[in-house]
Amino acid sequence: MQLVDRLLKGDKRAAAKIISMIEDRDAQAQKIVSLLHHHTGNAHIIGLTGPPGAGKSTLISALVREFRSRGKRVGVIAVDPTSPFTGGALLGDRVRMTDVGVDDGVYIRSMATRGHVGGLALATYDAVKVLEAMGMDKVFVETVGAGQSEVEVANLAHTTVIVEMPGSGDSIQILKAGILEIGDVYTVNKADEGGAESMVTNLKSVLPEDREGWAPPVLTTVASEGKGVPELADRLEEHFSYLKKSGKLGEKERIRSEVELRDALTETMLEKLTTSKGGKKLYEDVLDKVVSRKLDPHTAARRLLSGKTG
Amino acid sequence: MAKKIRVLIAKPGLDGHDRGAKVIARALRDAGMEVIYTGLRQTPRDIVEAAIQEDVDAIGLSCLSGAHMTLFPEVVKLLRQKGADEIVVAGGGIIPEDDIPKLKKAGIKAVFGPGTRLEDVVKFFEHAAGK
Ligand SMILES: Nc1nc2c(ncn2[C@@H]2O[C@H](COP(=O)(O)OP(=O)(O)O)[C@@H](O)[C@H]2O)c(=O)[nH]1
Ligand SMILES: [Mg+2]
Repeated sequence: MQLVDRLLKGDKRAAAKIISMIEDRDAQAQKIVSLLHHHTGNAHIIGLTGPPGAGKSTLISALVREFRSRGKRVGVIAVDPTSPFTGGALLGDRVRMTDVGVDDGVYIRSMATRGHVGGLALATYDAVKVLEAMGMDKVFVETVGAGQSEVEVANLAHTTVIVEMPGSGDSIQILKAGILEIGDVYTVNKADEGGAESMVTNLKSVLPEDREGWAPPVLTTVASEGKGVPELADRLEEHFSYLKKSGKLGEKERIRSEVELRDALTETMLEKLTTSKGGKKLYEDVLDKVVSRKLDPHTAARRLLSGKTG
Repeated sequence: MAKKIRVLIAKPGLDGHDRGAKVIARALRDAGMEVIYTGLRQTPRDIVEAAIQEDVDAIGLSCLSGAHMTLFPEVVKLLRQKGADEIVVAGGGIIPEDDIPKLKKAGIKAVFGPGTRLEDVVKFFEHAAGK
């Protein structure tokens, strides 16, 4: 397929078109993603999450610059929420990324959640594959940053960065958000504003000193001035090597692959069931029986799969 | 799923006011579109690069500095160079009547002055995206 060939050569327009097809659930999208699968698995996927205004977009921009200076090709997916009322979205993360946006070795894409919860869009997963297949070494994913239930990014990313800022809540709030479990690297950004040190102390007091051979570091950064960014980049590289050496990378990939396989299996089975001859009617009949309590969902599923409905 | 309309709202030039651009961006969002906002002081190259990477259907340019006669056509020219001239370009801001036909000749599909109704802007972009 021509679009795929262009993508594999690093063509940004091809990437842009393919990601739109994925988002719009175009009939061709699934086939394209299948073709890309063999070309993925080499990039380092880095997720950034944290409260709105903490400086995630600014930090990504600074990290992109840093990794470009280290000769890496970098992709970015920045997710913002879709309005549940209008279906529209205002995607503003690019405002912080203007100077890196025109670099040949950089591709940036803004993405709306389109109803998906958990801080990402459904299309983010396949869009990451598109960026991997086009040859990106580092892929950054910025979550919505609504402040809660942002844990989904940890399933997608190899390395999850939690971006906090001075005074962005006490340790109780930090505990609540579940971010103590998902962060591989923590940074208190806006360290120029004062109060960063107490935030660092706060975080360190509640974080584990060792998590299966990795001690989540707590750094400080001033993203708008690039301060602390080379150190942050070093920690990201270290975490990636740790994942590779310890075998954790394989574990993570297995978990992610299994989720993908399960989703694909469900989708394929449903498609097969409902598009076969009389399948749709059979499916509806069984559904009616579940509604009227004549069948329970598990028995119903087994019957649908065996083709007998009785 | 229906194809979403994606629009890039950008401010080329050196003026530092983006209130108008933000009003347009919000109106388009409220009409169900995905609006990529790129902020102040964008060069035509920044804008065209962003439009391509974001796969937008259309670009809305807002310029108050008076440099629209060079900046708007430059965006159209760069899009053509990149083979991305299916992306529709519209402009707004403080634009003298006399300039409008010239801009249209240069490939700017619509020019919105200060008195433009938001519904008309929304309709234009819906139409531009083929809806
Ligand atoms: N003082 C200061 N401001 C910053 C820093 N990093 C980002 N900002 C500003 O904080 C605001 C929010 O940044 P942004 O990157 O959009 O945050 P996000 O919502 O987490 O993506 C912007 O006005 C940035 O310029 C920093 O290190 N220090
Ligand atoms: Mg942001």
